[in-house]
Amino acid sequence: MSKIRVLIGTKKGAFILTADGTRKNWKISGPHFAGWEMYHLKGSPADPNRLYASQSSGWFGQIIQRSDDGGKTWNTPGSSAEELKGEQGFPKGESNKFIYDGEPGKHLWYDGTPHPWEFKRIWHIEPSLTDPDTAYAGAEDAAIFKTTDGGKTWKELSGLRKAKSQLWQPGAGGMAVHTILLDPKNAKRIFVAISAGGCFRTDDGGKNWKPITKGLKSPYELPDPDAEVGHCVHRIALHPSKPEVLFMQKHWDVLRSDNAGDQWSEASGNLPSDFGFPIDVNANEPETIYVVPITSDSLHYPPDGKLRVYRSRTGGGEWEALTKGLPQKNCYVNVLRDAMAVDSLDKCGVYFGTTGGQVYCSANDGNSWTAIAEHLPAVYSVEVQTLK
Amino acid sequence: MIRVVLPFHLRNLARMDGEVTLAVPPPVTVRAVLDALENKFPALRGTIRDHGTLKRRPFIRYFACKEDLSLAPMETLLPDEVVNGVEPFLVVGAMAGG
Repeated sequence: MSKIRVLIGTKKGAFILTADGTRKNWKISGPHFAGWEMYHLKGSPADPNRLYASQSSGWFGQIIQRSDDGGKTWNTPGSSAEELKGEQGFPKGESNKFIYDGEPGKHLWYDGTPHPWEFKRIWHIEPSLTDPDTAYAGAEDAAIFKTTDGGKTWKELSGLRKAKSQLWQPGAGGMAVHTILLDPKNAKRIFVAISAGGCFRTDDGGKNWKPITKGLKSPYELPDPDAEVGHCVHRIALHPSKPEVLFMQKHWDVLRSDNAGDQWSEASGNLPSDFGFPIDVNANEPETIYVVPITSDSLHYPPDGKLRVYRSRTGGGEWEALTKGLPQKNCYVNVLRDAMAVDSLDKCGVYFGTTGGQVYCSANDGNSWTAIAEHLPAVYSVEVQTLK
Repeated sequence: MIRVVLPFHLRNLARMDGEVTLAVPPPVTVRAVLDALENKFPALRGTIRDHGTLKRRPFIRYFACKEDLSLAPMETLLPDEVVNGVEPFLVVGAMAGG
């Protein structure tokens, strides 16, 4: 029988939940890296026991952790006993060395003046679909880095910051590459999303990038609502069988694109609010998508105090509320952009975590929900592995 | 031997308990102690001083013999009590101020 492993990053450590394919009885391990902010953990599709984790602290900065046994043990890559010394007898210890390529350059600061790029943390790690040693990391200040040695060293794909980055300007949540999507049908194509930066695509493996924002409108956030860059894209998602179809949860608006981001169209339909953070796609139905409406950019909690996932079986436009098992009164949590994921069983499992420390699972496409963890620290990220 | 006391999270990251002891040839400066510390525990690189610039991270402090050496030049010689192992060199996470 299949096994499910859920990787949870929180404000105060990481947790790993496991269950068999019935998804009824869950074991929780953790906290791993107790006390550290765990922005994201994700497993390699090419080797499910290879996990990467982004560990962060306001005091001690960025750490990258790697597990080669499914999360039982962890190491900072390149720091095992046999790797202690480099050729010159100097320690490597570079798994947390994220240096912008060349002259870092400047982006717009809050006061409208140019401000030097400064590395703060890694928000998201996206392992390669085919090579366990290759992964991409999304950084704040916004940039994308790549490792090809299992996380020992990282190099920036600096072409992204040539895509009008002098005009990117951080919002209140900072300016980070928070979403990285790898096209399973085109190894050279990568999509990224940047809060207060927009959405970008490369078709040559990361050398050159272009904004893919045609059709986005941000009348309350940007002086030019149709600007090429600067839109606050909260999350994008795709289904592996149809990677040219993208779904987006923007600051306001849910949108879709049927041509790899060249043109976007509104898909908010009858949502009670089209503000929100995560968006994801059912593993078995490429036109079934999920969002969690949030009241507004001023009120980061669900409308009417009711925690509702909304599902569209038509790729947007027509939405239905999924409420069974979710609190329907006095609920004022948020669901952050990286805190929703799906498994690939039939029926599709849908998972999300809240800033109130609950992790919910639906084992039936979202029809009903069960809290599989409660009282955790605020959940930053949720990823799911379906293990055969 | 130089004694170094690390904060809780860095001890965990380095996978050690208690104090670190380091053999540091003279002159025993702040820089020399941090270099030796990072040599012994590469996982600490970038957590006390930034990669690249090697500047102290903003919320890290260096204390020795009741003195704050955080803003002292990196070539500052450490007190004899630290050099002789009577007193430790402390790497401290600054108060959160909550």
